[in-house]
Amino acid sequence: MSTERLLASSLRELATALAEGRTRAEALAEAALERAQALQERLNAFITLTPERAREAARAADEHRRAGNISLLSGIPIAHKDLFCTKGVRTTAASRMLAEFVPPYDAFVVERLAQAGAVSLGKTNLDEFAMGSANEHSHFGPCRNPWDTDRIAGGSSGGSAAAVAAGIVPVATGTDTGGSVRQPAAMCGVTGIKPSYGRVSRYGIIAYASSLDQAGVIARSAEDCALALTAIEGFDPRDSTSLERPVEDHAAALAAADGRLDGLRLGLPREFFAVEGLDADVRRAVEEAARTYEALGARLVEVSLPRAELAIPAYYVIAPAEASSNLARYDGVRYGYRAPAYTDLDDMYRKTRAQGFGEEVKRRILVGTYVLSHGYYDAYYLQAQKLRRLIAEDYARAFASCDLLLAPTAPTTAWRLGEKGQDPVQEYLQDIYTIGANLAGLPALSHPCGFDAAGLPIGCQLIGPYLAETRLLLAAHVFQQKTDWHRRLPPL
Amino acid sequence: MNRTDWETVIGLEIHAQLTTRSKIFSGASTAFGAEPNRQACAIDVALPGTLPVLNRGAVERAIRLGLAIEAEIAQRSVFARKNYFYPDLPKGYQISQYELPVVKNGAITVQVGEGEAAYEKTVRITRAHLEEDAGKSLHEDFHGMTGIDLNRAGTPLLEIVSEPDMRSAEEAVAYARALHALVRWIGVCDGNMQEGSFRIDANVSVRPKGETRLGTRREIKNLNSFRFLQQAIDYEVRWQIETLEEGGAVQQATVLFDPERGETRVMRTKEDAHDYRYFPDPDLLPLVIDRAWIEEVRASLPELPQALRRRLVEEHGLTPYDANLLTASKELADYYLTAVAAVDPVLAKPCANWILGELAARLNRSGIEIGESPVRPAHIAALARRVQDGTISHAGAKKVFEALWAGAGEDVDAIIQAQGLKQVSDESALEALVEAAIAANPKSVEEFRAGKEKALNALVGQVMKASRGAANPQRVTELLRRKLTA
Repeated sequence: MSTERLLASSLRELATALAEGRTRAEALAEAALERAQALQERLNAFITLTPERAREAARAADEHRRAGNISLLSGIPIAHKDLFCTKGVRTTAASRMLAEFVPPYDAFVVERLAQAGAVSLGKTNLDEFAMGSANEHSHFGPCRNPWDTDRIAGGSSGGSAAAVAAGIVPVATGTDTGGSVRQPAAMCGVTGIKPSYGRVSRYGIIAYASSLDQAGVIARSAEDCALALTAIEGFDPRDSTSLERPVEDHAAALAAADGRLDGLRLGLPREFFAVEGLDADVRRAVEEAARTYEALGARLVEVSLPRAELAIPAYYVIAPAEASSNLARYDGVRYGYRAPAYTDLDDMYRKTRAQGFGEEVKRRILVGTYVLSHGYYDAYYLQAQKLRRLIAEDYARAFASCDLLLAPTAPTTAWRLGEKGQDPVQEYLQDIYTIGANLAGLPALSHPCGFDAAGLPIGCQLIGPYLAETRLLLAAHVFQQKTDWHRRLPPL
Repeated sequence: MNRTDWETVIGLEIHAQLTTRSKIFSGASTAFGAEPNRQACAIDVALPGTLPVLNRGAVERAIRLGLAIEAEIAQRSVFARKNYFYPDLPKGYQISQYELPVVKNGAITVQVGEGEAAYEKTVRITRAHLEEDAGKSLHEDFHGMTGIDLNRAGTPLLEIVSEPDMRSAEEAVAYARALHALVRWIGVCDGNMQEGSFRIDANVSVRPKGETRLGTRREIKNLNSFRFLQQAIDYEVRWQIETLEEGGAVQQATVLFDPERGETRVMRTKEDAHDYRYFPDPDLLPLVIDRAWIEEVRASLPELPQALRRRLVEEHGLTPYDANLLTASKELADYYLTAVAAVDPVLAKPCANWILGELAARLNRSGIEIGESPVRPAHIAALARRVQDGTISHAGAKKVFEALWAGAGEDVDAIIQAQGLKQVSDESALEALVEAAIAANPKSVEEFRAGKEKALNALVGQVMKASRGAANPQRVTELLRRKLTA
């Protein structure tokens, strides 16, 4: 198998090839870098490539292996969403504001993957400060979908999803505040998991909406997601919202699976399938996936999430509110962009932030500032928090009669770049299926389940109760043993 | 309406810097005086991706203070973000407790005034909450620019908010002093006002006597001495009364006190007040304090000044005024207690007198802290004992004190010996002198026998004179009385 073909296989297969000496980390890194560079113009998946660092890490991985000191991820090429701080490597959040920012420290996730020997090629594209569902709002230009480069890759973790789909890396990190791992995974035909809130440390992730942000991984299979998730989860005292619980070996549970899901109750939320904008092809593919699960032994049950539609307004109050405060630090005083000319302090703030932030970020800062303002706080922020609790209760109630929820990841497949035009609400409505898991802090994943008439991938979403990551991954893994949607490669 | 018809209403907000070694949400040091920005880590500088982690020591200190003012310790309190832009506020928000503070509904009782006019005043404390300090803007050192020093950013503060219970600058100062003594007493704050460890904001308003509604208040910010607190309130009250009496109105405002001119001036009015957009900080979980922790902290508290004051009055027989003075600081109280512990409790009063009199005056004059005093508690105890057992006179004791202060030795008895201060108490030695005095002053003898007590004093004086002050006056008196009434 050529090294390039090898790159398009799974993390597990790569690890085996490395272990059996069929390839070396250095060769893999070289091939991955070559492919990344070759596709950069067409996809714009990366904001920063770090070839020298990658080669160095790969050499170190090979040496460790020779010394007999290896972990499963050692020598595996990966990429980080450019929202994770990387020591000595610029971390931009796809914003002009941080275009030159070089952090003096690594994010927890970056640290853990580096310790495991994974070889990072660089930093992937995203919507500015993770605000968006298309990866069109990037200071470094939009990321394109490997299945059709005239189309969006999804967002905000578009670069990571595109890099995995395009066979550059088998796994990449992402963050998911309202669907930013799952939606681009669906759009690009790959698998992505957003863990329970608190499972993975947020330390070193540039904050968008702190109570919703959660790191996740995008890979070509549920099994690879399981391996990568185990590598990045665990307690971190530097994040007060990090859970104090032992790391789980999710992949071990998958290895024990017998190819059946007998007894698993899969809940189909009635309201999700009644959404007006749900594309017919998407509906058909997701319903087909449900029948496949049924054939594997799962029992389908209809459930209700009565306040499903209120998730979007609740989210678009809470997330901007937190963002307006989280992004206040970008003031031009200590680091990051500062306007070149200004008359006084207020003018410096105004110009720095006007020039440093993109339109979507400014929109959310304005909305967030508004909803927290005196006299509006009760009507918006407090109401939204109440809604959030009610929505979480809806999910809890649904899980009384099922083990996992099954739903589309997004109502449509990838749209054409620029198609949503100037109406931000059109883009916000894309998040209808994903936002609930963030509001309720629940784990959720998206896996490929078919293609639409235009040949674009469709994602099927599974949502689990709190901390049920293994159950989610196991179900998707059994599905993927039976189907090959996740093995399809884009026509690049 | 004349001035006596106005009532002053004062409430204080005091920021006490807590004595933790590291900051409230980061591991950076809180030590004072470092080179600018040497004690600001990634969290303090608010680098992207950094997160706050609450310092347990800061919470422990908040509990200490809460227990010391007999307040409720909230089992659950919440950190909020107070949003505003300022160059020395790195995150663009300050983390502070807003709706749910860690300490609420406390009180302290303080002594106001001296002597006959002294009275007790109880000041209720609405709340005390944890928050982080901001950095410092340096305007002087940089021509045409402003320097930012973030060493102080993230320093733990406890903001202690009183009810508007004080009715005069004197009461406000008494309360502030008592709180200052208390935070040092329980070790939660070093109280260093020059370094900004204890900063006072005073909310001042006036209203016609008998009015129950509060007048419009102005807040005097950042007073860093008790003298300025007094002066600023005095000025502010005068200004407000004059304004109102001239038919004007007081506008709600934040003002600064200019100690040079002795005036307050407006910093900002209500119109340009910020909308801080408070909301719970999603990076921090609610602060939950369990009963066991509170009890653990309670057990570690020293005897509090108020309790000690009561004990000094009831058990040591001191006046409330003296008890109050002795409990002005933990160091002073410890000094006194050490002295008394070395002697019979009946000597408590003389010990207190020595400490509050001779010693306090000396320390004050020389600017020495009590901890550095060359006269140690054991010395005070020995002095009191030797006066009591008649070894030396009070005048002699003062000489010994001088010698101790000058470092002439450690052993009080040795100093008495060396300086020949020992009184003559031996009857056989005094007898001749007494006889001589009786013989030489028949008139006084007669007067005494006629019932004039005072005449005895003249005779004692004669004996003292004859002994060149060495005779023990008490013994002389006894001896004279015995001889004359025999």
